[in-house]
Amino acid sequence: MVGDNTLQRMYEEMVTARHYEERLQEEYLEGKQPAFDISAGPIPGELHLAAGHEASAAGVCAHLRDDDTVTAPHRPHHVAISKGVDLERMTAEIFGRETGLSKGKGGHMHLYDPDVNFACSGIIAQGVPPAVGAALAAKKRNTDDVAVAFLGEGAIDQGAFLESLNLAGVHDLPVVFVVEDNDWAISMPKERVTDVADGSQRADGFDVHRERVDVDDAVAIYEAAGEAVGRARDGNGPTVLEVQVHRRMGHFMGDPEAYRPDEDVELARERDSIERMEGHLEEHGFTGDDIAEIRERAHERVEEAIEWAKDQPQPDPEEAYEDVFTDELENWPERRDRELAAADGGEE
Amino acid sequence: MAQVEEPGPEATDRELTMSRAMVEAIATEMREDEEVFVMGEDVADYGGIFDSTEGLLEEFGYDRIMDVPISETSFIGAGVGAAMQGMRPIVELMFADFFGVAMDQIYNNMAKNAYMSGGSVSVPMVLMTAVGGTYNDAAQHSQTLYGTFAHLPGMKVVVPSTAYDAKGLMHAAIRDDDPVVYMFHKRLMGLAWMPAPEGPKTGVPEDDYEIPFGEADVKREGDDVTVVTLGLHVHRALEAAANLADDGIETEVIDLRTLVPLDTETVLESVRKTGNLVVVDEDYHSYGVSGELIARATEGALDDLEAVSRVTMPDTPIPYARPLENEVLPDADDIAAAIRSVGE
Ligand SMILES: Cc1ncc(C[n+]2csc(CCOP(=O)(O)OP(=O)(O)O)c2C)c(N)n1
Repeated sequence: MVGDNTLQRMYEEMVTARHYEERLQEEYLEGKQPAFDISAGPIPGELHLAAGHEASAAGVCAHLRDDDTVTAPHRPHHVAISKGVDLERMTAEIFGRETGLSKGKGGHMHLYDPDVNFACSGIIAQGVPPAVGAALAAKKRNTDDVAVAFLGEGAIDQGAFLESLNLAGVHDLPVVFVVEDNDWAISMPKERVTDVADGSQRADGFDVHRERVDVDDAVAIYEAAGEAVGRARDGNGPTVLEVQVHRRMGHFMGDPEAYRPDEDVELARERDSIERMEGHLEEHGFTGDDIAEIRERAHERVEEAIEWAKDQPQPDPEEAYEDVFTDELENWPERRDRELAAADGGEE
Repeated sequence: MAQVEEPGPEATDRELTMSRAMVEAIATEMREDEEVFVMGEDVADYGGIFDSTEGLLEEFGYDRIMDVPISETSFIGAGVGAAMQGMRPIVELMFADFFGVAMDQIYNNMAKNAYMSGGSVSVPMVLMTAVGGTYNDAAQHSQTLYGTFAHLPGMKVVVPSTAYDAKGLMHAAIRDDDPVVYMFHKRLMGLAWMPAPEGPKTGVPEDDYEIPFGEADVKREGDDVTVVTLGLHVHRALEAAANLADDGIETEVIDLRTLVPLDTETVLESVRKTGNLVVVDEDYHSYGVSGELIARATEGALDDLEAVSRVTMPDTPIPYARPLENEVLPDADDIAAAIRSVGE
């Protein structure tokens, strides 16, 4: 059973994530209107929002500690928020600023916060093997931390996921694979790319535990995740946990979703896991004022992070050459001024 | 210089974007040959993230414009297998950056099966893929990787820079009995959301025609400095050359168009004339296209060479923030500086 504090925390994370993304969307579109030009505006690059996925991150991460590892895919903000990634530095990273988590080198698909063991990858399913590696490290060192890999239902067709299931299964590694099923992989509906509606069934082929939560109810997800994380922490091996979520937006900002039936968009909006959570809170005796207060706090936190991030300096161009290796190699990487100097006869 | 027998881009008033030109070639080949089909992620309803298959679904249906699971190893390898059966698959790897998840199928099967079979099998397949930065999508979505594909033997590698070439190279690629990697730069496609520079949108004849592989195109003649490049940087080099012309520096700009086979002769001829070579490549600096071209120039025209320089992506992953990406990505100013440095 979920306690009041946990319920409140999960809700707060969900509304933080939702509001955060609404604000990111606004900032992202600035300068990109009326004509959408991906390279204009204050936020660079692609932006994949997770609106409709919040219940999954909140329900799963409620069981995690800072020393547990999480890897996220290209749609990472909700997971990062629930895992406790530094919101201000994450925002600065998304705005490409010097004080961002990765000094502006990574961007929104490549967020790293070692303080809470969080990382992501923009290549489909490629965050999964490193999660298995974190679980392997925990097992070898005999610690009780666990690893959780988040991935989409489209990503479970990728070899990296299936190979990871086998490796984790045969070594009983403390890892949970959380499959966020939003029915779509960009424009491809699930039924066009697989005959298996319940993606957690992939686990059967590897004799790994599996569970599917059919509704994006954070409390139901919390309960299923509790078992999966508990199993991992107790040394009883991996679990595939598939959760039904919904995509309330295009795949990325700027995706007009011409391929998507209107009914499907409607359905995704109707099944709002945040409203559902408000119902749970009310059942637990929270008043409308309590709920409004949580929301307000979340909104303030988001505003502060965004304001702070926008005030941060742009990175110095020279910084582009740093961090390729932990130590600086002589003449590596090649800098353009060096190249030109070489053509001039070698003087720097 | 290339002797294209077909009417060139000037011969028609009909201008197309690069993506429309590519799609037109694919559609024509599909109409003519039932064995040609397209496979890839989001190629059907979406029409390809970069419009590389836009509109094909309506005419050819899901059987011939196939959306596939996010399983590059499987569907690229399946392309190899279908090609070995004599079909002519066009397989899209959405971004060249994603090659890593499927490289074995690409370089150990697609590229080597003809040779390992002693020529008894062939793999007439096109692997088309998007390359390039300029839109701040960071290290896993901005790479060019020309050198990686051209380095590994057994695949032809083509890189169009204009709509006219894109169509002719696509016809040639589909008809070719060998595997062809067709690398198009996102910034050249004519996407509404990623404006192209002046240049890639050209006249495109309605009839089909081939641009033969291995024939570079001299885009601009000049006596002082030879610039050799490809893809997006053809346009950036032309911009630099135009700016320098005001200062009396005459730059010859060569668009390689194909990396495998490589038209060494056109490069050498130009270098013998100018004595100065600048190679511009959006790919990484070391062990790649720029080094290869300078090596060939050195082998073939050492006595004529006075100076060389290269303008490339430094050996760093591609950063996200604008000031950082701008620093590493070669632009027209970087190219102009290099031309000046060798031309002095
Ligand atoms: C190896 C690889 N192939 C393709 C892509 C392009 N891509 C990015 S997101 C995506 C769809 C992912 O769908 P899913 O896993 O269901 O996650 P969702 O986006 O729905 O959250 C694709 C194909 C990629 N990033 N990496």
